[in-house]
Amino acid sequence: MNTIAKKLSLQNIRLQHLGWTLLALTLYALTHLAQAAANMEIDTPAITALKSSMQARHNQLLPHYNSGAVGLTNDGLIAIRDATAVPLKDRGGINSLVSAENADRSALYKEIAKANNHPEWEGEVRQTFSGRWIDKAQGGWYYRSGSDWMKK
Amino acid sequence: MKKLLIICGLLALSACVTINIYFPAAEAQKAADKIIDEVWQLKDGQKPPPEQAPETKPAESK
Repeated sequence: MNTIAKKLSLQNIRLQHLGWTLLALTLYALTHLAQAAANMEIDTPAITALKSSMQARHNQLLPHYNSGAVGLTNDGLIAIRDATAVPLKDRGGINSLVSAENADRSALYKEIAKANNHPEWEGEVRQTFSGRWIDKAQGGWYYRSGSDWMKK
Repeated sequence: MKKLLIICGLLALSACVTINIYFPAAEAQKAADKIIDEVWQLKDGQKPPPEQAPETKPAESK
C-alpha cells in the first residue's frame, strides 16, 4: 500500500515536470519564432536611395578617412577632425561633403526606424550603426571615443 | 490542465508583445552590417558602381 502511494506521488511529480517542460519549450519556440519574424526591414525605396547616395559619396570621403582629416563620431555621424590634413583643392568642399553625408546618415536611421513601424527606435538604430561603422572602419581611420579621437 | 493551458497561452502572448516593444538589437546589427558593407563596398557580393575610382589602400600607420 505504501509503495503504491509512493509510486503514485512520484508519477504526479513526473507529470508536473512534463507540464513545466512543455510550457518552457512552448515559450522558447514562440520566442524564437517571434524573433525570426522580427527581421529588420531595410528594403524600402527611401533606404535604397540613401544607401546609393552614400555609396556614391564614399569615394570622395575615402581619402579623407585615410588621411585622418575626417573621423567617425560616436553618434553614428562623421566630423572633420583635422582640416589641415585636407588637400588645398578639397578644402572648400569638405564641409558640404561632411554635412551631406551626415544628412544622409541621419535620414537613414530615421527611415529604418520608420520602415519597421517604430519611429522611436531612431536613437537605438543610430547607436547600433555608430558601433558598427567604427568596428568596420579600416586601420588608420579615426573615431571618437568620448571627447577624444582614437586611431584604429 | 485547462488552467495550465490558459497560463501557457497568456505567457506566450505576453512574450510576443514584449518582443515587439523591445528594440531587436541583434537584428538591427545585422541590418547595419548589411548596409555598411554596401556603402563602404566591403563585400565582393556587392557590385561596385562602374564609375568607381581605383581603390586607395588604407595608410598603414603614420
